[in-house]
Amino acid sequence: MIVNEQLAIDHGLKKDEYKKICDLLKRVPNITELGIFSAMWNEHCSYKSSRFHLKNLPTKGENVIQGPGENAGVIDIGDDDAIVFKIESHNHPSFIEPYQGAATGVGGIMRDVFTMGARPIANLNSIHFGSPQHKKTKNLLRGVVHGIGGYSNCMGVPTIAGQTSFDESYNGNILVNAMTLGLVKKNKIFYSKAAGLGKPVIYVGSKTGRDGIHGASMASASFDDKIEEKKPTVQVGDPFTEKLLLEACLELMAGDSIIAIQDMGAAGLTSSSIEMASKGNLGIEINLNKVPCREANMTPYEIMLSESQERMLIVLEKGKEDMAQKIFIKWNLDFAVIGKTTKSKKIELYFDKQKVADIPVDTLVENSPMYDRKWKKAKLPKKIKIEKEIFKTLKIKNILNKILSNPNVCSKEWIWEQYDHTVMGDTIQKPGGDAGVVRVHGTNKAVAASVDSSAVYCWAHPLNGGKQIVCESWRNLISVGAKPIAITNCLNFGSPENEENMGEFVECVQGLGEASAYLDYPVVSGNVSFYNQTKDIGIKPTPVIGGVGLIKDYKNMVTMDLKEADNLLLVVGKTEGHLDQSLFARDILNEKNGPPPEINLFNEKNNGETILKLIDKKLIKAAHDVSLGGIITALSKMCIKGKKGVTIKKRNYLINKFEYLFGEDQGRYIIEISKNDLENVTNILQENSVHFDELGIINENDLIIDDKTKVSIDDLIKSHTTWLTNYMSK
Amino acid sequence: MHSSVITFPGSNCDRDMHVALKKFGFKNKMVWHDDAELPKSDLVVLPGGFSYGDYLRCGSMASKSKIMKSVINFAQGGGKVMGICNGFQILVESGLLPGVLLRNKYLEFICKNIFVKVNNRDNSYFKDVKKEIFKFHIAHNEGNYFCSNDQIKQINDHNQVALFYSDENGNVTEKDNPNGSLQNIAGVFNKEKNVLGMMPHPERMIDPALSGEDGSIFFENLINNLK
Repeated sequence: MIVNEQLAIDHGLKKDEYKKICDLLKRVPNITELGIFSAMWNEHCSYKSSRFHLKNLPTKGENVIQGPGENAGVIDIGDDDAIVFKIESHNHPSFIEPYQGAATGVGGIMRDVFTMGARPIANLNSIHFGSPQHKKTKNLLRGVVHGIGGYSNCMGVPTIAGQTSFDESYNGNILVNAMTLGLVKKNKIFYSKAAGLGKPVIYVGSKTGRDGIHGASMASASFDDKIEEKKPTVQVGDPFTEKLLLEACLELMAGDSIIAIQDMGAAGLTSSSIEMASKGNLGIEINLNKVPCREANMTPYEIMLSESQERMLIVLEKGKEDMAQKIFIKWNLDFAVIGKTTKSKKIELYFDKQKVADIPVDTLVENSPMYDRKWKKAKLPKKIKIEKEIFKTLKIKNILNKILSNPNVCSKEWIWEQYDHTVMGDTIQKPGGDAGVVRVHGTNKAVAASVDSSAVYCWAHPLNGGKQIVCESWRNLISVGAKPIAITNCLNFGSPENEENMGEFVECVQGLGEASAYLDYPVVSGNVSFYNQTKDIGIKPTPVIGGVGLIKDYKNMVTMDLKEADNLLLVVGKTEGHLDQSLFARDILNEKNGPPPEINLFNEKNNGETILKLIDKKLIKAAHDVSLGGIITALSKMCIKGKKGVTIKKRNYLINKFEYLFGEDQGRYIIEISKNDLENVTNILQENSVHFDELGIINENDLIIDDKTKVSIDDLIKSHTTWLTNYMSK
Repeated sequence: MHSSVITFPGSNCDRDMHVALKKFGFKNKMVWHDDAELPKSDLVVLPGGFSYGDYLRCGSMASKSKIMKSVINFAQGGGKVMGICNGFQILVESGLLPGVLLRNKYLEFICKNIFVKVNNRDNSYFKDVKKEIFKFHIAHNEGNYFCSNDQIKQINDHNQVALFYSDENGNVTEKDNPNGSLQNIAGVFNKEKNVLGMMPHPERMIDPALSGEDGSIFFENLINNLK
């Protein structure tokens, strides 16, 4: 095949990028080389539009062992233990083929974690669909949930928390972000940096097939009318093989024969071999005839670009091949020595005794394109004016029913009951709480994790929105009694070539960077997904934050369910009644304009740290952060979980009652305390200058909002639990 | 008391079972599916998971594993064999227990707490057990128990049902049947009652920090009965 500019453009490269390739090589690349460049230089692998901005994120902290740049981030959780974690998107494939797209997303992120030597101990996911009325939504949701469950259940890793949202901006581009946490001993962490010359390069796992060729390029483009034709670019997963691969890799890792290890994810053998060589400042020579293939007559181009799943590349100590091979044979997996490390600093590929590629590694990595794309700054929208008259026509009971059954608030039990969330025997907080919590096996420690996003806030004002999600993640961990340690982010945006979308990206990243720096809650890993866009329309900006925190003694964990009648409830943090961009304003008043709630990082940190002090002193019986839907929504969920009621205290509202109950001011928590502890708790809050209100007192049966408004627990449960089940069974 | 937990390729509750057995006093050994011989055991457990990826039919390929010959011999000699979830599926595939496990009625994986009522206490597993109704946990895609009319007659004639899905008061009703199982069957014995298969996972309920402790009651009673 003749390589020319048009063929390069067909591979997703730009004209000037093709010219740069020819200049760097000082010749025209052959077809295999062109394939390799297109795989390494696409947005998905090269981060060419995002690198320039990501470098400003705070990535260091006293508990950070490994920040971005490896397969996953690593944090210290005391003793000899470390947690390896990362979130990753599989958006484009999941829209084209929801089951396999979601399944391989989960498989890929687990591989990133166990590549580093860690046994996966928890999965989370953040999934976003179009309007429930859109004709594709139901099938996509069903397929994605089956895919996530199909893979993680078979792996025997509990899915402990998640997030699901619906918004019409995802009608043509759903989001599927999967996160995994793994546990490893600090001195047994494995990295992808190759070292030493003449060391054997080993291929293990499944055979290579023709599936997923150009998967990473597909994920770096917008969708059009012909998207169905892209089905062959979606990878096909086999969780059973991955379970065997996990056990075999951990068995080999128990010894000391591995120099470097890298999973074959996006861009398969191409990116894995090049990353190992690049990090080690070495060359790698591969004989492609040695690569185990599933199909006959595969070309070098296909072998290098296949994204077949469940494969790993290992640089091994010389002489350890037989010992390693025995382990993989025991687990019925392929094992092949396919090449060696060299001093050439080049990727040299041979096939049928011919050299089929010869590329200096630095041209693919360091010299890959990086763009400081044009972007547009977003203005802070003007506050909306709500006519107070309108409140007189509204009935709180009806609104509460509407909000609790809103697709973005209602119970997601239909989803998480399809995920095994108790396997491994350490899940001490199941899905449906503020964060999922698993014990560190055999110890008193526990790890809490949560995934969060607020696309509406980010859309209204990217800078504030970016800050808000980091704060919400931090609050969710605090609410279960965990000290927040670090985050991973999955940045889902439209096209970086559109100035507005790029502006959303830049300002969201800036906002999340500011908040994570202030809260000492650094970013240790992440992933960018651009081109979530159909024709000219991009999704609402949806950065997703995966937060991880530590509970030193799992017996001190806090849950949100109300515990005991006659206990008191306080709202910690100040309620100003911010309604713009709230669920109430958007869905009840149908007012979609205005700024999102403001973020005060000082209060956020101070309130959170004070809550942790109260938990430490065992003064908090239940806690829940106040977010979407305001105080009344948070309170209703606490009632539902604990099957208890609350009598809300009569108060002289300085603000309108609707603003108080439905406002979405940030930095707030509802806590349950015993009457006897009231003085002690208020003293601590006052000493720390934390604002609080008395919200009410717990009863056995009803949520009593005022003299005229009383809702039974059964009615709350009905409002909250029926929408999704009904929707999916129709 | 000595126990053995078999690990098949794709088993994923083998460690959880090991932890539970050890916690209640068993000296447990992990046994690889490709081994020919069982260590000396008072109890053999086939754990949950996705042996052979559930390919062909759940439990089908594992039932042909090398170790299963020894397990079958052991059971036929009166040895106690317990299969949980995928282990139950392997036991029906190997012919040690009657019936089959079909896909759940609503075609979806189910992971949640349920209640089961003990039907038959005249055996080593439930003799003298303190409770009649257990809160257990299920996590499966194929737990819908089914068998022929002749088989169900035999099962009932020999009092082979171990557990029924029920409500928390022990009423066995259709609304408490999570997966469509025939007659709400959650677990069955062989005729001799030395082989037990059940879908619920008692090993996930052995600690107050988890969903409950009814699994502890089950295991404590089991080891006492085997002594």
